[in-house]
Amino acid sequence: MTLKQGVLDPQGKAIANALHALGFDSVEGVRQGKFLELDLKDTDKASVEKNVKSMCERLLANTVIEDYAFEVLK
Amino acid sequence: MKSAVIVFPGSNCDRDVAVALGRIAGHAPTMVWHGDRAIPKVDLIVLPGGFSYGDYLRSGAMAAHSPVMTEVAARSKQGVPVLGICNGFQILTEAGLLPGALVRNAGLRFICRDVHLKVESTESMYTRRYKRGQVIRIPIAHADGNYRADAKTLDRLEGEGLVAVRYCSPSGEVGEQHTPNGSARNIAGIFNERRTVLGLMPHPERLIEPALGGSDGRPFFEGIAEALAA
Amino acid sequence: MTATMTKAADAPKSMEALAREFGLSAEEYKLALSILGRTPNVTELGIFSVMWSEHCSYKSSKKWLRKLPTTAPWVVCGPGENAGVIDIGDGMVAIFKMESHNHPSFIEPYQGAATGVGGILRDVFTMGARPIANLNALRFGDPKHPKTRHLIAGVVGGIGGYGNCVGVPTVGGECTFHPRYNGNILVNAMTVGLARADRVFYAKAAGIGNPVVYVGSKTGRDGIHGATMASAVFGEEVEAKRPTVQVGDPFTEKLLIEACLELMATDMIVSIQDMGAAGLTSSSFEMAGKGGLGIEIDLDQVPQREPGMSAYEIMLSESQERMLMVLKQGREAEAERIFRKWELDFAVIGRLTDTGRLVLRQYGQVAADMPVAPLSEQMPEYARPWTPTLPRPVVDAASVPAPKDYAATLKKLMGTPDLASKRWIWDQYDHMVMADTLQRPGGDAAVVRIHGSDRGLAIVTDCTPRYCDADPRAGGAQAVAEAWRNITCVGARPLAITDCMNFGNPERPEIMGQFAGCIEGMADACRALDFPVVSGNVSLYNETGATAVQPTPSIGGVGILDNLNTVTTIALKKAGSALVLVGETRGHLGASMFLREIAGREDGAPPPVDLKAERRNGDFVRHHITSGKILAAHDCSDGGLLVAVAEMAMASGIGVALTVPAGGVPLHAFLFGEDQARYVLEVAESDVAKLLTHAQAEGVPAARIGATAGHGAAATLTVNGAWPISVAELRAVNEAWLPAYMSGNA
Repeated sequence: MTLKQGVLDPQGKAIANALHALGFDSVEGVRQGKFLELDLKDTDKASVEKNVKSMCERLLANTVIEDYAFEVLK
Repeated sequence: MKSAVIVFPGSNCDRDVAVALGRIAGHAPTMVWHGDRAIPKVDLIVLPGGFSYGDYLRSGAMAAHSPVMTEVAARSKQGVPVLGICNGFQILTEAGLLPGALVRNAGLRFICRDVHLKVESTESMYTRRYKRGQVIRIPIAHADGNYRADAKTLDRLEGEGLVAVRYCSPSGEVGEQHTPNGSARNIAGIFNERRTVLGLMPHPERLIEPALGGSDGRPFFEGIAEALAA
Repeated sequence: MTATMTKAADAPKSMEALAREFGLSAEEYKLALSILGRTPNVTELGIFSVMWSEHCSYKSSKKWLRKLPTTAPWVVCGPGENAGVIDIGDGMVAIFKMESHNHPSFIEPYQGAATGVGGILRDVFTMGARPIANLNALRFGDPKHPKTRHLIAGVVGGIGGYGNCVGVPTVGGECTFHPRYNGNILVNAMTVGLARADRVFYAKAAGIGNPVVYVGSKTGRDGIHGATMASAVFGEEVEAKRPTVQVGDPFTEKLLIEACLELMATDMIVSIQDMGAAGLTSSSFEMAGKGGLGIEIDLDQVPQREPGMSAYEIMLSESQERMLMVLKQGREAEAERIFRKWELDFAVIGRLTDTGRLVLRQYGQVAADMPVAPLSEQMPEYARPWTPTLPRPVVDAASVPAPKDYAATLKKLMGTPDLASKRWIWDQYDHMVMADTLQRPGGDAAVVRIHGSDRGLAIVTDCTPRYCDADPRAGGAQAVAEAWRNITCVGARPLAITDCMNFGNPERPEIMGQFAGCIEGMADACRALDFPVVSGNVSLYNETGATAVQPTPSIGGVGILDNLNTVTTIALKKAGSALVLVGETRGHLGASMFLREIAGREDGAPPPVDLKAERRNGDFVRHHITSGKILAAHDCSDGGLLVAVAEMAMASGIGVALTVPAGGVPLHAFLFGEDQARYVLEVAESDVAKLLTHAQAEGVPAARIGATAGHGAAATLTVNGAWPISVAELRAVNEAWLPAYMSGNA
């Protein structure tokens, strides 16, 4: 989950400044987000995707200000 | 005694601790901007409370890499006392000057209230004016005050008497139900091996006179003043 | 949709249609054409629409707001600036204001509330004051409504998240519930600051050629009015949804406070204005307009967070943590050094001119060119039709069944959402940072010491919306009187108020009638109590479907304590002292808490407000507090006498034996009636006779109504020797509701 493009990301901005202060001049921007690992019982990929999408919409992401992306591994 | 208070971007208890030191220790501290690499010759360095860098990324993480921290570490190595309160404690753990980490409160919320603390060790310049086992009332105000370390470190801290204060009940019972934030073994403050560095989540500078609702924080600064008077 | 919009922007003849989309009426659009002498481009049209929006222009409310008294010998600056300024003596001023952030807080409670706090802080430090206290008046819907819990958690988290980080203590406020707020919560934030009287800064620009400087955060596409439409018109990638929710950055705000105050200690600033609603548009108009000057801005110099922003977007962005200022010529480099030290953006974006016009340039071309003065001088103003609220009948106490068990009734009341302790909320606010908070949340008024002195400010927020709903004029007067009373209760001299007027749709005559009534009542009370309005904010259209919020004129009051040694609290001090009730009790149960929570009725006229009695009784109480003879003081408000006494007992753990004088008023009406202008005082037995004699001489109704008795586990509250209830039990009930509710167990 990351903040939507165009939404101010105060944490990303502050982290970028701190990285610059440490001499990492090549950093042009930082977007900060959350990373979750979910273990699911389902094995059917389609149903997993449907399920996770619903979890993101209903709880995991605040879709007013956040985008989300997910990947199904195995 | 001469002291310095380090001001990070986002520090907000820098004035409060300076007032307490000035009023009780009788000498107004020098305020040092985090971007400075030099700290004047002082008997005490204070890392104040607040939200350095907004507490973004992790509380204290970015401040621990501020230019001034190299000098703070060097002075500490020379034996200059370093006191970190609240965010200052978080910075000290992130900078490796104290062991462990302060993570999100068990209840997940910011908590601002008076808590009771049991003074575990009086063998330090900070706690010498209290009695061992004394229960004092001091406020906390933090979202990330849950002290965590591995069992070996916790055993060592306890074994070597490096736990300064613990959260307790008003009558001094120490038990899990008496920690406001979930801290391991009710730890609210710890020393380094030499007891020159103290990290403390509660804010003694907020209760130094009856008008503010109590003065249990006063002996803390009186002890510092007494130890460093010279 | 996208295609039509683009066409609308391109073709001037459709500009009128676009004007309608932007919220300008046909009349207003015609006026814009005549002011400009031509068809506006989209940027200019956007500027007209935000400048003339209800929010910026007060077009529906201005006519009524003029009725409020705004002057007093101690008022330095009344409404019209960023915040009100009052003289508090010793060469110091207090600067304060309250503002709503209702709609954003409903959409995204955490960020909505957080940016509300950020905005009101900026209004105060813009004027040169260091913010020393925040308060919040919150109104939520029915606790049973599925959204309420989530909204409380978000709003409280956002207020704490912002206020705690900037290091300004949140010392007080209120929080109540009613189904009328189900679709429209109210989040009203107040900030109080202190400044030296000779270092107050205003918005009025001066000095042709002086640089116009932008400081703070970069400008993004946050909160642009009609954001989807704007993106459809201008966006390269129309797919990307433009956020209408602003995200607060309290860390940057903290830096901005310190940088601004550092700059304000010099003599470089000519004028300064924060970028709040309608961002760069209203701040530049405000500064140029007040100075009678023109202003030229090069939009390419405005620090931008995203590439490809249009002039329209830059001018209407509501990105947070930004300020606009005019500096003295030649001081730019010096000022820039301060802002760079605090790691903030600093850019000279324009100059003051003598043209009286706002000229915007972007990519070397003129993006807008419009006259400054006519936009405010010819700003639309409406005398909206209104119908007065019909008076409700007075409730006869005899028609309301008396409880059989007063202990059980009191216990029930203390656990109702409105009366339950709000500790769960203020525990999440740092209310002690700055180490000058002498009275923490939970009392009548917060008391904050003036740093380094033995004087203090007493600060409150008050309003009883159910009274305003029943009788707007009485309710408006009561809100002001209660604020005055609460300040009096700590021993302070009430000085002035800020108001935050929250109402429904002003195009409905009955809503306008509520607004008019509340204003009339407030004006009466402000006049009678010498308690003028120095700043404020109006929030209309708080309405969903056919349901409007209860009329809610939130009042933020400020008073001065000249001697902190005689400050009083509500907590009883010792067993064996007397309780004295000041003020007359007739037992008004109409629109009371008892009627609603126990009898299940919300009807009836609210208690009448006798402003002469308020003044007389309050001045009497204050006199005795400052002479050091009052041990504890509390006013009677929600729930009446018994609730007031219970609150005093709970605050200390000391018991009370209440003895109600036999007389014409039925017991339940005496105990739960919400008659105004009343105080409960704890007085040493040895001082009672003198106090009562003095009261009689002053024509102040006062009577001994009991004694304090016992403490610790044995402390009980009794009425006429019966219905004992343990104070500890009351406290447990009072503290239990909100935490249980928030964890899903109530």
